[in-house]
Amino acid sequence: MAIFLTEDSKILVQGITGSEGTKHTARMLGSHANIVAGVTPGKGGQTVTSEGRDIPVFSSCQEAVDATGADVSVVFVPPRFTKGAVHEAIDAGIPLVVVITEGVPVHDTAEFYAYAESTGTTRIIGPNCPGLISPGKSNAGIIPGTITKAGRIGLVSKSGTLTYQMMYELRDLGFSSAVGIGGDPVIGTTHIDCLQAFQDDPETDAIVMIGEIGGDAEERAAAYIAEHITKPVVGYVAGFTAPEGKTMGHAGAIVSGSSGTAAAKQEALEAVGVRVGKTPSETARLMREIITGAQA
Amino acid sequence: MDLYEYQAKDAFARHGVPTQSGEVVHSPQAAKEAAASIGGLVVVKAQVKTGGRGKAGGVKLATDPQDAYDKAHDILGLDIKGHIVRQVLINPAADIAEEYYVSFLLDRANRTFLAMASKEGGMEIEQLAVERPDALAKVPVDALVGVDRAKAEEIVDAAGFDDSVREQVITVLQRLWDVFVKEDATLVEVNPLVKTPTGEVVALDGKVSLDDNAGFRHPDHEALVDFTETDPLELRAKEKDLNYVKLSGSVGIIGNGAGLVMSTLDVVAYAGEEFGGQRPANFLDIGGGASAEVMADGLEIILSDPEVKAVFVNVFGGITACDAVANGIVQALELLAAKGDAVTMPLVVRLDGNNADLGRQILRDAANPLVELVDTMDGAARRVAELAAQGA
Repeated sequence: MAIFLTEDSKILVQGITGSEGTKHTARMLGSHANIVAGVTPGKGGQTVTSEGRDIPVFSSCQEAVDATGADVSVVFVPPRFTKGAVHEAIDAGIPLVVVITEGVPVHDTAEFYAYAESTGTTRIIGPNCPGLISPGKSNAGIIPGTITKAGRIGLVSKSGTLTYQMMYELRDLGFSSAVGIGGDPVIGTTHIDCLQAFQDDPETDAIVMIGEIGGDAEERAAAYIAEHITKPVVGYVAGFTAPEGKTMGHAGAIVSGSSGTAAAKQEALEAVGVRVGKTPSETARLMREIITGAQA
Repeated sequence: MDLYEYQAKDAFARHGVPTQSGEVVHSPQAAKEAAASIGGLVVVKAQVKTGGRGKAGGVKLATDPQDAYDKAHDILGLDIKGHIVRQVLINPAADIAEEYYVSFLLDRANRTFLAMASKEGGMEIEQLAVERPDALAKVPVDALVGVDRAKAEEIVDAAGFDDSVREQVITVLQRLWDVFVKEDATLVEVNPLVKTPTGEVVALDGKVSLDDNAGFRHPDHEALVDFTETDPLELRAKEKDLNYVKLSGSVGIIGNGAGLVMSTLDVVAYAGEEFGGQRPANFLDIGGGASAEVMADGLEIILSDPEVKAVFVNVFGGITACDAVANGIVQALELLAAKGDAVTMPLVVRLDGNNADLGRQILRDAANPLVELVDTMDGAARRVAELAAQGA
């Protein structure tokens, strides 16, 4: 099964003719993604040829959906156009919209998230995220398809490169799905959404959850785990050494006063029985113990 | 970016929020002149981007221009929670009948905006929230609807404002919402919003944080940046478009991806405990495409930090190929040497992921005695902490 994204997903790429869109369309095609359409306003009727496939380009999401039945959109458009692009995808009724773009103003994100909620038909992942991959099945975003194989671990992470690192450390065991939810202060899909989806996924046995400083998403996830998640969860939190009041790369990664610290997040997770690794490698070891222990 | 009080009040004035006009000055003499031109009692207020100014002696009443000189003299140069006061705002002293609190902020947890309001302003709001939570009204604001008259009425009624100020506060809230939306703010706070003895409602203080991601919509915001507050290395990094934060340790860090770099800092700090408490000297994320130029720029910044004794380059090749990163390192070292800034401290490099073997081979072939390859992130962190301790 995997979560959110399967071999049946039909992907459209918004911004397919831009440099990022072009590059990652090829990479996604190389890792089992079924890309059926591209959208670039004003370029409808063109065709993009990538990895030996001809992908029709449409001027709007609605046309693309009508013609191809696309049910996932991956958004690569620049920040100033992102809100409009996401609204268009929502209006076209696309159930999953993955926003890769970094640098989207938070007012825009709050607006398109509220709009998606008001229609109730679209899940947004991101913005400022690497997207998600269900190894061997499909790939929507920029996560390299070559790091790991299909397996039974679920991964949810605020960080792209830590996602890759964790997939790499556990590459021999493999993943059902890995979801990079993004490091912005407002994101469409949270740790909690992914935890529940992995809980419900019969092909996932255990979950790795990666968090970082800023906000209280990890604390809320911990409370949710205590109530709703019965599969084993291993955690990692980055940013113990981050100073107060400084944004650490991700717009949302900031300790404000005494809130949003890594220590508080670790404590909250451990309080509900989640084992939290001190380093990514130790976190991977904890997960390995769970998986191999279950097999023994 | 957080604004100074005077910048926040300028923004208020632009959007029609009643506030005081004042003058920002940098010397006691200028404070004296400003007080003379304003006339009467004035308040001398330290301009620093932190709370608790009053308690720290950063806000003082002055009776006449000479007194304003003396008060400014006392306040300028004060260290308030690590912030040195370099400028003071001279405002006319206001008579206060009542003090209120209003704010709009980003509610990360609920992924929307939040209005907060209280009839009991003036005190620290965190304290009020803890001691008398019932006195602080919290009203969610739909990002699609914003604060129209109906929402402003809802906020005012939730906080229980008197009829005598109700209409004025409703207007203030709608205009503050304009500040929040039109300036792309993540926080707009007025504490206190006051009622004067003559019944006018005025913003006596202001706190505004702007969204750096929205800079493309606000070319005027660039002028609000205070470079005297920025660390000189951070300033140079910013000019090179590098994501750099100065810390106080001895191990320079370069990595790709914000999460991995944050994690690298932590792993180095853990490893450093064994070696006399070596700590990371900086955060530096060179992002996805680590070209030789970017690597050289990054190394140059890190090497000009006199506290750095050893450098850790930690890259996981996802989209980036490690051979490109390795070439970047080799070329960066050559570039720096050609510029006369030859690297003289050890570099520990860990490459994993896409084309890692190729990347490692390139570094081995280059055979720079200062560059040491370590296979794992934890092992590399340990090694670089050890080298930093030896170099200290």
